[in-house]
Amino acid sequence: MIADKNKLIHAFGALAELGQEITVRASFPETMRTSLHLISGSLGIMRGGIAKYSRYAHEMNLVAARGLGDEFPLAMSLCEEDERQFLTNGIYPIDVDQARVLPYFQVYSNSFDRRNLKLFVPLIVRDEMVGALFLGEKATGDAYTSYDKDVICAMGRHIGVAISQRNLLEEVQRRADENRKLFDELHLTYTDTVKAFAAAIDCKDKYTEGHSVRVGKYTEIIATELGWTPDETEGAAVAGYLHDVGKLTVDRRIINAPYRINAKESAELNKHPGVGYEILLPIRHPFTDVPLAAKYHHERLDGRGYPDGLYDKDIPYIAKIVNLADSFDAMTTDRPYRHRRPADEVIDDLKRNSGKQFAPELVSALLKAMFSELTGEASEKRFRRLLGREYMEAENLVPMLKTALNGTAPKPVTVLSADQLTVN
Amino acid sequence: MSEFDDAGEMPEPEERAVVSAGDYLNKITGERVERECRERLKSGCRELVLDFAKTEIVNSIGVSILLGVIDSAQGTGTKVVFSGVNGQTAELFDMLGVTRHVEVA
Repeated sequence: MIADKNKLIHAFGALAELGQEITVRASFPETMRTSLHLISGSLGIMRGGIAKYSRYAHEMNLVAARGLGDEFPLAMSLCEEDERQFLTNGIYPIDVDQARVLPYFQVYSNSFDRRNLKLFVPLIVRDEMVGALFLGEKATGDAYTSYDKDVICAMGRHIGVAISQRNLLEEVQRRADENRKLFDELHLTYTDTVKAFAAAIDCKDKYTEGHSVRVGKYTEIIATELGWTPDETEGAAVAGYLHDVGKLTVDRRIINAPYRINAKESAELNKHPGVGYEILLPIRHPFTDVPLAAKYHHERLDGRGYPDGLYDKDIPYIAKIVNLADSFDAMTTDRPYRHRRPADEVIDDLKRNSGKQFAPELVSALLKAMFSELTGEASEKRFRRLLGREYMEAENLVPMLKTALNGTAPKPVTVLSADQLTVN
Repeated sequence: MSEFDDAGEMPEPEERAVVSAGDYLNKITGERVERECRERLKSGCRELVLDFAKTEIVNSIGVSILLGVIDSAQGTGTKVVFSGVNGQTAELFDMLGVTRHVEVA
């Protein structure tokens, strides 16, 4: 009676420890090793193993073993009949000697006999086989009692749950990986589409070929300089790429006019921000306010822009960035009626219009990025690729930029982050 | 100084190795004991003495580890001796059949 009580206390202690192990442990192999120790130690079992079952591969893979030796198979196949029988049996120990009729025990009888394995316990969770226990003889030399088998069942249920949790986790991870791949592919498709659109917009205007792409890149440079996150920066670049999408509906003759266009033509051209907004609005962009950037990229801080004549703080921040990038590209590329302007004039123009047309901190960011590239602080030659080597090697460009940056520094700087923009 | 040093071992003839089971034979101590025992078995000792003089408690994991050591020792024909086992632990070892496989000194 006292011996029975002690046995019960010992087994109960092991069961409690097993429950804790399964809920606390993070490492699955470690949990399985400890579980096997606990089940062996609670009943004094000489050797054993735990296998995880894959119902897709119909295969059991050993995840923990004690004293099974190197010859014991690490993976064992089950046929449908085996699986059916084990599911019918449920989570209860099967005496190996009495189950020789099953194909599984016929195939692996040598391995079982060599290590004197006595019990096989299918681990069933929610009518699904998730694994199995293999248990050798008891150290007492006695046969397993019904009490022993009940203890094994109770511990087996815990181990089954741990394996089931592991399976669920693996499934979640697999699906997450799949979703990640799908997302990456969609992302790639999106950026390719954006670039294709930008190329289509630029095709319409033979004089400003590559304009949208360059504006996208300048926008990206400014956003990077402002310290935006990679996602925010990419969103800003997309806004730059697509800012002129409304031009697709403007008559090609107006866009390509080799002269300064008249008022009527100008009115027609000036519709493109609003049209661009209408085109972009129904698209679910994953980034910043791409449609708003298209709509307001011709607005000015002093309210003299179009289409709505908005003032400084009413202009979406992304539109201010695109506005600067757009103007900078317009100044630094040839147009049908004029050559591109030299760097000193461009810098001077940006300084003069800082606070009127352009946000001062954005001008600083653009000039700072240029300065960093020229001084070697930034290794990537982005401006050189966009403007050409000759332009970037203009005489006194570095001192000019330095002076310009010093001149703009004392102005109050309010750097807004992309957080302040609506993200779809 | 006791007969055994802190690492649980003392210089012995090659034929006989002594490993201390520590004060609480659980997973952490058990892994150390198992490692030491396997090293001794590998080096070819003919008698492996596990010293329980300081051992107050042995839990299920400890028992399982000891059974593993016994199983390995049986495979190499090495005699396993338990020494200094207290009453409570001896009762546990008897109940689980551990003592059937070892000599209790």
